[in-house]
Amino acid sequence: MAGVQVSDVSRSFGAHKALDDVSIDFADGGFYALLGPSGSGKTTLLRQIAGFDFPDSGRITIGGESVERVPVEKRRIGMVFQNYALFPNMSVADNVAFGLSVRGEARAIIATEVQRALDLVQLGKLGGRRPHQLSGGQRQRVALARAIVTKPRVLLLDEPLGALDKALRVDMQIELKRIQREIGITTIFVTHDQEEALTMSDRIGILRDGRLVQEGPPEEIYNRPKSEFAATFLGDANLFRGDTTGDGIRLPDGTAIAAGAGAKLAAGAKASCAVRPERIRIATDAGAPDGTANMLKGQVSKRIFAGNNSTYFVERGGQTLKVIVQNTGVDRLAEGQEVVLRWSPESTVLIAAG
Amino acid sequence: MAIFLPLSAMVFFSFMTELPLSGKPWAFTLGNYAAFFSQSLYLTLLLASLRLGLEVTLWCVVIGYPAAYVLAKVLKGRSREAIFLLVILPFWSNGLVRIFSWAMVLREGGILDTALNAVLPFKINIDLMYSYPAVIIGLVHSYVPYMVLTCYLTLQAIDDSLIEAGRSLGASRLQVLKRVIIPLSMPGLVAGAALIFVPVVGSFMEPRILGGRTGTFYGTVIEDQFVAVFNWPLGAALSFILLAVVLVILAVASPVLRRAA
Ligand SMILES: Nc1ncnc2c1ncn2[C@@H]1O[C@H](COP(=O)(O)OP(=O)(O)O)[C@@H](O)[C@H]1O
Ligand SMILES: [Mg+2]
Repeated sequence: MAGVQVSDVSRSFGAHKALDDVSIDFADGGFYALLGPSGSGKTTLLRQIAGFDFPDSGRITIGGESVERVPVEKRRIGMVFQNYALFPNMSVADNVAFGLSVRGEARAIIATEVQRALDLVQLGKLGGRRPHQLSGGQRQRVALARAIVTKPRVLLLDEPLGALDKALRVDMQIELKRIQREIGITTIFVTHDQEEALTMSDRIGILRDGRLVQEGPPEEIYNRPKSEFAATFLGDANLFRGDTTGDGIRLPDGTAIAAGAGAKLAAGAKASCAVRPERIRIATDAGAPDGTANMLKGQVSKRIFAGNNSTYFVERGGQTLKVIVQNTGVDRLAEGQEVVLRWSPESTVLIAAG
Repeated sequence: MAIFLPLSAMVFFSFMTELPLSGKPWAFTLGNYAAFFSQSLYLTLLLASLRLGLEVTLWCVVIGYPAAYVLAKVLKGRSREAIFLLVILPFWSNGLVRIFSWAMVLREGGILDTALNAVLPFKINIDLMYSYPAVIIGLVHSYVPYMVLTCYLTLQAIDDSLIEAGRSLGASRLQVLKRVIIPLSMPGLVAGAALIFVPVVGSFMEPRILGGRTGTFYGTVIEDQFVAVFNWPLGAALSFILLAVVLVILAVASPVLRRAA
């Protein structure tokens, strides 16, 4: 097992910077999600770590050793591809055995290790099948078994669950997490699905246009996004833009919004405040005045019922705000109703403009 | 049915003493087939032709497979198109033109001889004309595009991620080639081999023009029966014996090759 350090890595294709000075420390035994929209450089970063492609500048180490001159097959990594990349000319067992067999392991050892890996992914009985006789979820498991049977130092997964339907995906998320914990392998997981990143990983790195936008534990990024992009890409956020007052912003119409978290900015600069929809309380009257709370008046334009919760869309000063409330069965608001929105400064994150 | 009609007529002729078209009296006979077994010359020539077919097919694999690999997996975009055209061009050119152009290259004082002597400090005599190697060269040049095309098609269908998956599992490039790429391109190799082996065994143009006196093969004997001796029944019988032999070889070889893949 080993950690992976990526330091100041850049990679361009022609004039296009696919990776722009990216540095990330992937901790030994950790589960790290690389999150970003399509084309943000996630696959490119993974390929640099795997050794399929090489950075123009920067350094990558695995287990503390530079891998600059180490070819793919010597890096001792396990990789799961988005399309699974199972060998169609081999049985499931032979696919899993491949890594051990090219290494020249003894037949008996290969047989036991393959069976153990297949049992781990709950496919113990399907070793004799061909890949094309398996369902998508089963192929995914074979690909995983094949990648971990060689006991690699690092497991790299490129949107491994992207091709599965929703229900199967949630099952596989749990399964993957269980297996990762069981063998304690350093895992780098590429996804464009924020929910997947939030629920599975110890740390998340958000990429955009080849740059690392923000990096940290899921809760930290969710609660303290450092940019509008991070705030809206990981979870939902209401954004207010205005001039900083030091501990909040003043909207163009003069309304003050107090922020208890986020950047420390000099008064006067352009800035934004982000508030998560579930942090806002919605009511028909202002209630008892509360000196510290942020308060805005608006009008409900739409309500979307989603079982255990509802999303209200509230129009306010030309902006549509989102508010999510748990459905307790008492406080249902009608569309068109005048409402008051309140939330605490602690739920408000100040973000520098740009 | 219409496809087989002319061929059926040939089957019919092969059992006749004379061509009915010639006006002479004719009868049914097995003599044409018996002729093959009565003279050891035919068997000797058949074996020589089979060997020729095998050698040409092997050379086509040796040259065509790497070329197909480079086309499918290394080159991209414009350069791929350009090289592709170069491979196909001999395929489109007239067979006789192709063969006589080789004759100009290979003969003494020809292009190869002159070019080598211009470059090398010592004098050498290159006269490959009217030799077995000349026949091989001419045939390989004529038939290698088949191998390139069939292998290109199967190689191109192999997803690059399979190669990368193999490497990530610790296999060297060579191991990936041996265990993944070659097995997966077996259908292309087999198809190419069949497309080359069969016509080469029966070939007569290249052996006659480039081989001269050394160029007597089973195919040239058959050709003689049709165009020189006008013994169509014997020519037809010899062809069907060849067809039978080739079919038996393919029937035996294909399961073996499939198992190897
Ligand atoms: N081999 C390549 N040649 C040219 N451009 C590439 C290559 N690989 C990736 N790119 C470009 O780099 C950018 C990042 O790609 P990628 O890492 O695949 O993004 P992601 O995996 O986040 O969707 C994209 O704009 C893509 O077009
Ligand atoms: Mg990608």
